[in-house]
Amino acid sequence: MSTVALRNTETNSSVFRNLDWITVILYLLLVTTGAISIYAASYDFDNASIFDFAEFSGKQLRWIGLSLIIAFVILLVDYRIYEAYSYPIYGLVILILIATVFLSPNINGSHSWLVFGPVSLQPAEFGKFATALALAKLFDSYNFNLNAKPSNYFRALIIIFLPVCIILCQKETGSALVYLSLIFVLYREGMSGLVLAAMFFAVLFFVLAVKFMDPFVMGLSVGEFSVLTLICVIYCSMLVWYCKDFIIARNVILGMTGAGIIATILILCGVWINGLIFFLSLLGAALIYTGLAMLKYRIRNYIVSMGFVMASVGFLFSVNYVFDHILQPHQQTRILVLLGIEEDLRGVGYNVNQSKIAIGSGGLEGKGFLNGTQTKLKYVPEQHTDFIFCTIGEEQGFIGSSLVLIAFLVLILRLIHIAERQKTVFARVYSYCVLSMFIFHICINIGMVIGLCPVIGIPLPFFSYGGSSLWGFTILLFILLRLDAARKEIRI
Amino acid sequence: MRKDYKLARRRYVIGGFITFVVLIYLIRLFTLQVSDEQYKLNAESNAFLKKTVYPARGLIYDRNGRLVVFNQPAYDIMLIPKDVHDIDTTAFCELLNITKEQYQELWAEMKNPRKNPGYSSYTPQKLMSHISVEDYGRLQEKLYMFPGFYIQTRTVRKYNYPAGANVLGNIREVSAEDVKRDTYYRRGDYTGDLGVEKSYEEALRGKKGMEILMRDALGRIKGKFEDGAKDIAPVSGSNLTLGIDMELQEYGEQLMQNKIGAIVAIEPSTGEILALVTAPNYDPQILVGKERGKNYASLVLDPLKPLYDRSIQGAYPPGSTFKPTQGLIFLQEGVINESTMYPCYHGYVNGLRVGCHGHGSPLPLKPALQTSCNAYFCWGFKNMIDKKGTKPQDQLVKWKDYLVDMGYGYRLGVDLPHESRGFIPNSEFYSKSFRGPKWSANSIISVAIGQGEVLATPLQIANLCATIANRGFFYTPHVVKEIADSTIDIKFSEKRGPKIDKSYYESVAEGMRMAVTGGTCRLANLRDIEVCGKTGTAQNPHGKDHSVFMGFAPYHDPKIAVAVYVENAGFGATYGVPIGSLIMEKYLKGEIASERKYIEERMLTSNTIVNSGVKKH
Repeated sequence: MSTVALRNTETNSSVFRNLDWITVILYLLLVTTGAISIYAASYDFDNASIFDFAEFSGKQLRWIGLSLIIAFVILLVDYRIYEAYSYPIYGLVILILIATVFLSPNINGSHSWLVFGPVSLQPAEFGKFATALALAKLFDSYNFNLNAKPSNYFRALIIIFLPVCIILCQKETGSALVYLSLIFVLYREGMSGLVLAAMFFAVLFFVLAVKFMDPFVMGLSVGEFSVLTLICVIYCSMLVWYCKDFIIARNVILGMTGAGIIATILILCGVWINGLIFFLSLLGAALIYTGLAMLKYRIRNYIVSMGFVMASVGFLFSVNYVFDHILQPHQQTRILVLLGIEEDLRGVGYNVNQSKIAIGSGGLEGKGFLNGTQTKLKYVPEQHTDFIFCTIGEEQGFIGSSLVLIAFLVLILRLIHIAERQKTVFARVYSYCVLSMFIFHICINIGMVIGLCPVIGIPLPFFSYGGSSLWGFTILLFILLRLDAARKEIRI
Repeated sequence: MRKDYKLARRRYVIGGFITFVVLIYLIRLFTLQVSDEQYKLNAESNAFLKKTVYPARGLIYDRNGRLVVFNQPAYDIMLIPKDVHDIDTTAFCELLNITKEQYQELWAEMKNPRKNPGYSSYTPQKLMSHISVEDYGRLQEKLYMFPGFYIQTRTVRKYNYPAGANVLGNIREVSAEDVKRDTYYRRGDYTGDLGVEKSYEEALRGKKGMEILMRDALGRIKGKFEDGAKDIAPVSGSNLTLGIDMELQEYGEQLMQNKIGAIVAIEPSTGEILALVTAPNYDPQILVGKERGKNYASLVLDPLKPLYDRSIQGAYPPGSTFKPTQGLIFLQEGVINESTMYPCYHGYVNGLRVGCHGHGSPLPLKPALQTSCNAYFCWGFKNMIDKKGTKPQDQLVKWKDYLVDMGYGYRLGVDLPHESRGFIPNSEFYSKSFRGPKWSANSIISVAIGQGEVLATPLQIANLCATIANRGFFYTPHVVKEIADSTIDIKFSEKRGPKIDKSYYESVAEGMRMAVTGGTCRLANLRDIEVCGKTGTAQNPHGKDHSVFMGFAPYHDPKIAVAVYVENAGFGATYGVPIGSLIMEKYLKGEIASERKYIEERMLTSNTIVNSGVKKH
């Protein structure tokens, strides 16, 4: 590939002229901060030098140096190469991923590492940019419209789920989950927003149903009661804003409110009402009424709204079944710990508890560089990789950690801006793929460290120690920058 | 490219989503880091190991500056179980002279959660305590062979004299109650038990220091926090100087061997106790180290009760040593004067009879003291209690108040734990036991000669003797003379005593002098020291009479006042007088005159335990 790379010096100079320097500076800032954090996290009072290549920080410096070379090479390559070779690159990476399953030694139960002498690489990190290229290529194909036919969805999903399946075989659940973030790309490219909404409500209903299991009223738990009430409210809202039929909406709202008031009065008078039957008949009546009414009008939106109600109710009652029978015990524990139902400070909860202690003890201004006791004394496991954010939280305090968070936010918003200014579908889809994965990594990693997300072992971009992930993110970002730098050369 | 502007608006949904999440995270960070203090506290208890630095316990010297109690290093074998692997058990056992079974037992004991609730394989654990210096030396040399093992040095008490266990006391590990009572203590600390170790605990223990160490997640120490800038240095315990003369103490214990009883010697001019002997006693050294538990148990079970300090805890009938108090009270109350004479018909005969021995009759106070005439003091007591125009109840209260002022009936306040108060009856006591106020002097006549209900500790008897030596006052007896960098309790420098004229004391002292020169205490008549004395032969329900003596010397400018109490040894003259006189001679002259060696010999070899009825197995 590199023989084709240095094709035209004229293009090369324009690359650096048109390069989005804001992103490059953000990148350098984050990578440097990351290296310093790794130095702090692995500092062991024996006063090791930052340039000692036997230490984590020393090695990371070497990875950073190599990343810069990779970034430079990527910028020198003709942008059309990426588009032209998308599928071959994707195919090659898939083959390497498959080979990894068989060739990798067992490292803590995961088979995701390829060992070349002293260097170990995690091919899953390179699957990301390959998948992004392939997806971009698919969307860029002539007259491609996601919603034109179902098989288009199918093709997109194949590209996404092929690496997911292989990575799951490598027992790297975290890396596999990252690909789910590409749902943002599908959304941007035309997938109905209802899918995102459905996912949002699924998570919301799940958390409500599992977290609040105390009995409440009418034989329902707090969680069930609030979910059923929410379904009623959302159904009414959908009739108003989605179906835009104010007459049906008004009748349904009045009917539900009336039934609710009557039920409340009856309960206060001591009459026993079975809550489940009450809500189900209420929603059932609303559906039948809407169904009869909609015969006169446009049908699709009503079907969607009614489908929401039925799916939600079904989902609510399958949550318990799914939780008890489908999830593995360790997954159940993680969820229970995350939702604060179980305290498990020795097991799953230990990491998160210690990481909260480390961050919490940082205070407003932090303890100062290399003064963090919690991270230095190894209370936080994996502190130089997945839990690197702890070091920043403890030593730089609220000021430092929020600056890092805001820097990430600026990066993402900048990437959205870049994505939207692309002139080709290929470049835009690729950009969205990149930023979606960054969003996922940042939200899940920092959310995990501050105890808001389940413990999923994925690195924090540019911060976590490790060559593969740093190279992976660098390649993702710099191909994006290369495509962006070329946007002015493209004539449509 | 055809741009779909409707779809392009979806960027705001995605941008809004990430902005929303970042906002939530910022709020979460703010609550974690700024508004919640809990995490800072957790972090401290996580990372800081506040290690106590123990101060050296104060040393104890005797009145002549001789070192009595000091600290000696003791060695404990410690290990971190996690780090112990592949050691040569046989070699280890050989070094310490233990069998493999014993070695395994030690491990089992260390891991037993009931005996060692703090067991963790990541933290230092104690395998063996108090190994000898020789074992320590050998093991230290070969320690490299045993990874995970190390030796911890502590200090234990060491005694230069095998005497004075009751005065010195010892130290023990604190109990759960100690920890509850005093917040200074933590589990595993040491505290004084018995003697001055207990009563001067606060001065001796000093002040613990603190070292702040950083500890990692596995419990390993990673150095000092801020290089020790926040550490607190320990303050060493204060040294004590005792009023005790250790050589006199040791000599007293030798004289009392194979006897039950006590010797108390006081310097009258200061109230400092020169010797405080209880018998039987024990070597304080046996309560140090590995064997402490076993030895302590055998002391507790010993039927002769060596842990019971008879010198301050034993309440005995004072017998005739009580008579000087009576003479003083009668003189002060005007019941008698120097020349008042009472008859003695081989005893007090007045409706009842109190026996006496042969001497001239009638006789005044001084000869009555000289010959220890029972009748004299019975008549005096009768005339005081049954005085015309008064009620015996009121008179007895007056009598009791004098005795309380002399130090009887209540604790004197010596600076040692567990002092007994003795007993002086009051009117209520008798009205209760006689079921009404229908009693008179004759009903209770035996108290006049130190029998009956009256009980006193040897310390109280010695204190009376010191008061007579001082001609009317005493200082609260105390064993500690000086506390380094501090002062002893002010109460030890305040004069106390009854409101009795000094001249009456002079008369009593003269009577006691006469008892030595030509009365009951002739054996105490030293060649060039004018000794004053008073014998006692205390009847008791336990068997043969107790032999009692109190005396002081020299007659003018007294330097020592002594009380001797030997249980079941017969007349005061047989044991009390010789022992008391030897103590005075030893203290004043430094050695026993050759013509008196036979007395010393007899005291050192005689055995009166056989009369006590206590069977020692």
